[in-house]
Amino acid sequence: MPVLEQQPDLLQQFALGNLDAFEALFRQYQADVYRWIVRIVRDPAAVEDLTIETFWRIYRAHARFDPRRSFGAWARRIATNAALDYLKTAPREVALVEDFAAKDAADPAVQRDIRERTQQAFRELPAKLQVAATLALIEEQPYKEIADALGVSVGAVKLRVFRAARQLRKNLKQLGVEP
Amino acid sequence: MNNNEEEKIGALLKQAMPPMKRELNRDLWPEMLSRLQQRASPVPWFDWALVALLVLAILISPHAIPVLLYHL
Repeated sequence: MPVLEQQPDLLQQFALGNLDAFEALFRQYQADVYRWIVRIVRDPAAVEDLTIETFWRIYRAHARFDPRRSFGAWARRIATNAALDYLKTAPREVALVEDFAAKDAADPAVQRDIRERTQQAFRELPAKLQVAATLALIEEQPYKEIADALGVSVGAVKLRVFRAARQLRKNLKQLGVEP
Repeated sequence: MNNNEEEKIGALLKQAMPPMKRELNRDLWPEMLSRLQQRASPVPWFDWALVALLVLAILISPHAIPVLLYHL
């Protein structure tokens, strides 16, 4: 996270709708927002647009920003919502079913197929569960950070991760993969 | 499901979808600025003229309202 929280003037100017202040904040936080979104949506082709969309939402909401609070945390929450909206509308792939129980798991082709089925099972999860599972289980972000980004409690994040893992296990079984 | 099983699922996920380590390699400000300008651009005068014509038509002939609604 960039070191900017010590610039109350800039944050105040931004809250008043000053475009120069917004530009300064954009330039300092764009890389951080980009990194955060790419972790969630995992689709580099969509991330630049989502970064712009996030800052567009930030700019529109400038009057609601409290300059005493962290801009980075606020931006991250808006970025998470933009990523979540994207995942809700992104197309999901059609399921294919084949039993892997009798196949040799050491075979590279089987390994690749298992990876593809795992990705597919993951994409079938509801967007909210995908985000929680990606950030907690793949990116290994601290629960507190995930909770802040999602605007929910740490307990709610843990519950989402639990539900995601349970649902994923079920999806994987349906796709013929035994976790 | 216990923590151990959650870890197993996590390991399987990481194998299939490794953590993303991608950095932004260019400045996105020009695109941001063009989006801001695009959204901030006023409604073209022609659109306002059409709205004015529509209001005028409704004032002159209120009977046209159902016809207009039918065509919407």
